[in-house]
Amino acid sequence: MIEIKNLHKSYKTGNNSLHVLKGIDFSVKEGELVSIMGSSGSGKSTLLNILGMLDEADEGSYVLDGVPIKNLNEKIAAKYRNKFLGFIFQSFNLIGYKSAVDNVSLPLYYQGVSRKERDEKSLYYLEKVGLADWADHLPNQLSGGQKQRVAIARALASDPKVLLADEPTGALDTKTSYEVMDLIQGINDEGRTILIVTHEPDIAEMTKRIVNLKDGRIIDDTLVNQIKAAAHV
Amino acid sequence: MFNLERWQEIFETIRKNKLRTFLTSLSVASGIFILVILLGVSTGIETGVRTEFEQDATNRIQVSVRSTTKEYKGLNPGRRLQLRNSDYENLNAKYEDQIEFKTPLYNIWQGQVNYKNQQGNYRIEGASPDQQWIENATMTDGRYLNQSDIENSRKVAVIGYQMKEDLFKDEDPIGKTIVLNNTVNFTVVGVYTDPGGTREETRLFMPITTAQKVFNAGENLNRIAYTIKMADTFDETVALSAAMREAIEQDLRTRFQVAPDDRVAIGVYDTLEEAEKVFGLIATIRSVFWFIGIGTIIAGVVGVGNIMLIVVKERTKEIGIRKALGALPSEIIWMVLHESIFITSIAGLIGLFLGVGLLELVSPMVETDFIKFPKVDFNTAMSTVVILVVAGALAGFFPARRAANIKPIEALRDE
Repeated sequence: MIEIKNLHKSYKTGNNSLHVLKGIDFSVKEGELVSIMGSSGSGKSTLLNILGMLDEADEGSYVLDGVPIKNLNEKIAAKYRNKFLGFIFQSFNLIGYKSAVDNVSLPLYYQGVSRKERDEKSLYYLEKVGLADWADHLPNQLSGGQKQRVAIARALASDPKVLLADEPTGALDTKTSYEVMDLIQGINDEGRTILIVTHEPDIAEMTKRIVNLKDGRIIDDTLVNQIKAAAHV
Repeated sequence: MFNLERWQEIFETIRKNKLRTFLTSLSVASGIFILVILLGVSTGIETGVRTEFEQDATNRIQVSVRSTTKEYKGLNPGRRLQLRNSDYENLNAKYEDQIEFKTPLYNIWQGQVNYKNQQGNYRIEGASPDQQWIENATMTDGRYLNQSDIENSRKVAVIGYQMKEDLFKDEDPIGKTIVLNNTVNFTVVGVYTDPGGTREETRLFMPITTAQKVFNAGENLNRIAYTIKMADTFDETVALSAAMREAIEQDLRTRFQVAPDDRVAIGVYDTLEEAEKVFGLIATIRSVFWFIGIGTIIAGVVGVGNIMLIVVKERTKEIGIRKALGALPSEIIWMVLHESIFITSIAGLIGLFLGVGLLELVSPMVETDFIKFPKVDFNTAMSTVVILVVAGALAGFFPARRAANIKPIEALRDE
């Protein structure tokens, strides 16, 4: 599903060049649930941004579902993001003045799906994350966990190949975190490929594979026995 | 433009940001409102002045001669020219077809007039009966000069209303005898009023023949005045009148042997030409009003642009989210442009309707002579609408471009 070879990325700050990714080789097969761990500055967020086509690598190749991702202009990047990827953010990034259902239907809007179909699909995904009754609520009427579940529903709405989650539980308490992880595991069990960036070991333990980054290199990549979040809820 | 989905998006955004939208609209609405009022008033001025000019006998040509200022065909400059009865008759014969009313004039600027123990100094004019129509004078009492007065050089006088008030107070002046310069007795036969007001009503008219005798002027004339027949349209009349003015000037140059470039010696004035100048002035006023109006709109549009910039800034994160979710840059641009054009247009239309409404309401109440029926015609309204849409697009363009350039990665980092 994801094929990365010799990925380099550096940022220029004044005269200094900060080499963030120093040759990453990494692949993810369909249906995997991978956590990317590492301390701050290890390059895990940069890696996720490149995977999410929000940023471009200086060197190396990136193939997503058989499509080489290179020479992106804004238009192509937007299309690919819409088609291939679903994003889940630490701070949810819901649009404040849109109701839950409208937030979920936004990626569908950009796919050109008709309003009727959008509403149907969005409601279906809201139901899937257990928030069907909250469809008409605005984000600020929802709890943190509920917001993240709306965000997950939104990420799922466009039926992406890969879900990219950047610290999805970073802003949530432990109990809510586990609830969200339970949801993510459920989605993974249905066969969806998911990448999670996290620095919390207990969250990483709930994935099937842990990739450790340090100073822009993968230092460890191991399959683990998944701990079901449901057991902790 | 007719994408229903986008409209829904825009209405939603506007509904969620009522105050912001209202404030944005206000500046544009007032700009258009002011433009419409200004244009309406300028139309009113134009109509008013035009009516004013058309009411008067504006199709008037006045001929006079002075001294030459240029040497010509061996004749020295400074040669004194003099109009005579024969000039008057020659011109009459030549332009018979165009002339409506005609009069020769001989005047002295100050003449002492006595009635009993009342006395005053007045302008004394010798004229023919047609002078009444050329001056647009109306009789309040008695009669104007007639042909028989002229033929017999009668010592009769027609006096202005103000003059009657001065000399006769409440007395009936008709048939009374007044004394001119303590020497000649005149019988008052009529009192006139003139739309020109007091200044025009402090004059005494007598037959031209009498004036020439009384003031020892022989065959001399000071001026000749004509009105020319109105053509079908005002503009045609203006053209005819101008042509005749030039022809007469040419005739007199030949007659008096005046250099073609001597602008002073021969004076042929055409009041319609003056009217044209006034209309030119109105056109200037109109363009100034447009300028002010457009300036006001620009201020409004800059306001909208500014607010849209703030809006884009405020919505940086939202735009980042939208882009991360797959919004194309063009969709972001349209989102901002569309909102900007929509707000500007709606606000502008409100301003337009308020302005037109106010003009409609006030129009019948305007009572001054120089402003009549202030209104905005359809074409003007349409041009303002076009201006609005263009203005909205301009106001939205820079903010939209900024929005489209937002990098989702940076927008999302910004917490």
